Amino acid sequence: MTVVKAPEIPRQQRQPETRREVPARARARAGTGVGLGVAVVYLSIIVLIPLAAVVAKSTDGGADFFWRAVRTPDAWAALKLTLISAVAVALVNLVMGTVIAWVLVRDQFPGKAVVDTLIDLPFALPTIVAGLVLVALYGSGSPLHIDLAYARSGVFVALLFVTLPFVVRTVQPVLLELDQDMEQAAHSLGAGGWTTFRRIVLPNLMPAMISGAGLAFTRAVAEFGSVNLISGNLPMKTQVSAVVIYGRIESDDTAGAAAISTFLLAIALIVLIALELVQRRAARRG
Amino acid sequence: MAKYSLRVITLGYLAFLLILPVGLIGWRTFADGLSPVIDALTSDDAVHAFRVTLIVAVWAVLLNTVFGVGAALLLVRGRIPGKRLLSALIDLPLAVSPVIVGLALILVYGSFEPIGRWFGDRGVQIIFAVPGMVLATVFVSLPLVVRAIVPVLQEMGNEQEQAAHTLGAGRWATFWRITIPGIRWALAYGVVLCLARALGEYGAVAVVSGRVVGQTQTATLFVEERYQNFDTVSAYATATALALIAIVALLIAKLLDRGALKRSEKH
Repeated sequence: MTVVKAPEIPRQQRQPETRREVPARARARAGTGVGLGVAVVYLSIIVLIPLAAVVAKSTDGGADFFWRAVRTPDAWAALKLTLISAVAVALVNLVMGTVIAWVLVRDQFPGKAVVDTLIDLPFALPTIVAGLVLVALYGSGSPLHIDLAYARSGVFVALLFVTLPFVVRTVQPVLLELDQDMEQAAHSLGAGGWTTFRRIVLPNLMPAMISGAGLAFTRAVAEFGSVNLISGNLPMKTQVSAVVIYGRIESDDTAGAAAISTFLLAIALIVLIALELVQRRAARRG
Repeated sequence: MAKYSLRVITLGYLAFLLILPVGLIGWRTFADGLSPVIDALTSDDAVHAFRVTLIVAVWAVLLNTVFGVGAALLLVRGRIPGKRLLSALIDLPLAVSPVIVGLALILVYGSFEPIGRWFGDRGVQIIFAVPGMVLATVFVSLPLVVRAIVPVLQEMGNEQEQAAHTLGAGRWATFWRITIPGIRWALAYGVVLCLARALGEYGAVAVVSGRVVGQTQTATLFVEERYQNFDTVSAYATATALALIAIVALLIAKLLDRGALKRSEKH
């Protein structure tokens, strides 16, 4: 017994790491491999293969068919409405989101915590409920006598509703972290409130504002549920692209639906890549 | 002065965009008292719609939770090539329109497509049935659990896990006794967000469900169908119920987030 025990104790002390780590690491690597495989299969079954099928279907009839499907008058009008509204919504959010974030961080008033929580409501609320809620206040029979139903302004309000949190939630943390020393220095050197904001605060917030607005843009381009009720889906007038795609699917024109979808996916991809580049540049500078 | 005007602008904007519309629905729902609301919510179609919603949501949350924990571990702890690509692919669903999600699934799993037909021959219908609705819901809520866990895993570091390893704990023991307790707040937060999203999904489910009343109709589809059929009492009652679920989920998520924050400050 003593003969066996004696050499074992010093050996464990000498190199306990290598004795345990080698098999543990090998097992960990095997586990990582299996995990990666499962994750890739899961993503493929649910996301990648289906999206690839959309792109494949859109190019089935060649480039000619693709452009004809995208340039069909109602699809083209919807695309223009979608993109113009999405840009407008992103711009409004750029300003209002920053104002709201500013008030939530720098201002103090009773009930601020409630307002802060409410900001996330558009993310939690089902889009069809958002649509219904807006139709109740801004539809025909509006208690405020503001009737935006079946109008492009209705689409715009619905998109503002669902994209509200993006800029607020990207700007807010940056504003919280921002050191106020520089602002105070600017103040003491005689800069007014607006000058200080424009020269000191705004440059620091810009990357977050842009990425929030970009996310709001992609969301607005993709939106379906909230616009559905208030827009009335009038072709050439209030129909957005997602609704046109839906109509194409319903009438069994999946190839046409796929072409418009691919076009929208490409736009979303370009915007996301641009945002990534903006963020990388900001990270390098910051 | 500028301070007050910004506060007024903020509160005014939120009032007209968010608070008044949501409040109005609640007010209109209960304008005639509680009993019509209860009648509307306990009608056969409404009960069935909520049951379908629940079945689909539970499956979607279950799948995305298992995937989410695994994928987060891979992204943070794994030494794998193409991590950035995997991360980008996981976020991809957020940028895809729900209608396109539905179309994409139909083009692969529809009964006229090769894969869909293969399943159909074996008696499994995917599109216009619950499996397709689960797939659609999984798609739209895919990144939520992953994104909730990743930052906490990063902050936690792997010293404790390595300590457990050197003390002789196996991978499973380490996972259940060190990793899971470490991320439990974030995990719960992600699950709540995922559940809220799954319960409220409308566009993708509208495409793949076929909207068969009393069969594949979910609560959100029920709201729309009732509204289009001028049954505003049912539409408002169901919408208010869904809104209340969303608000409760939001409050729970806030509490969990704060819990996670406190825990990380203690460390």
